[in-house]
Amino acid sequence: MMFTGIYGFFTRKNILAMLISVELMLNATNINFAVFNRYLFPEHLEGHFFALFAIGIAAAETAVAIAIIINIYRNVRGIQVKDIEEMKH
Amino acid sequence: MNMDITLQQVVFFVVAIFITVFSVLTVTTSKILRSATYLLFVLFGTAAIYFLLDYTFLGAVQLMVYAGGIIVLYVFSILLTSSDLSMNKKLKMSKIIPSLIAALAGAGLVSFILLTHGFAATITGAGEELGMKTIGRALMGSDKFQYLLPFEAISVLLLACIIGGLLIARKR
Repeated sequence: MMFTGIYGFFTRKNILAMLISVELMLNATNINFAVFNRYLFPEHLEGHFFALFAIGIAAAETAVAIAIIINIYRNVRGIQVKDIEEMKH
Repeated sequence: MNMDITLQQVVFFVVAIFITVFSVLTVTTSKILRSATYLLFVLFGTAAIYFLLDYTFLGAVQLMVYAGGIIVLYVFSILLTSSDLSMNKKLKMSKIIPSLIAALAGAGLVSFILLTHGFAATITGAGEELGMKTIGRALMGSDKFQYLLPFEAISVLLLACIIGGLLIARKR
């Protein structure tokens, strides 16, 4: 899952598809936090809460990124990577 | 193989294969809306793994925040930007092969480390469900192993995210 995310991040040309790949990677790390917490340190809860906060931060990151993408689409009329050549339009 | 494979292991393998297949489909399909749908299935599988670990609250949060919120956001933005136009262009072979090599090498390295490390076998026994009261006490305190400060930091971050999203996406 992690490495399909990396593969998608390398090969996709659409910004939204790249963002979906980033979500895959975040989910893989969350699973790792929860599993290592459960099987190695079942009396503590650090991994559980780290995964919980990571889900919240991922939601915030996605919202801001999609706002930026919609704004880019409004200015440039395209969200391929090759469309975005200058930072200020 | 001995025959005492428990039901939990069977469920785990089914969920793991489900997640792997759908995450590969997510990055290889040519339509982006289908990609978002496969991502939704991957998130369901992740929630199933959390339920399997008896982290019920985490699974519920995963379902609500990811499957309920983020996927809807993705679908809206895909439809708003009509970004399906040049997704089905053929990828260059010279781009696929290095990415595939990088991904497979990373996967091989991680599985090598995982298989050769030999973790301390802590068997959790009959997994008791992580109670809501425990989570609440750990989330709402400022002692050691209590998480009030990150909780508040997340709330400030979400506020900043709301303001930033509004500021970026507003009409000029």
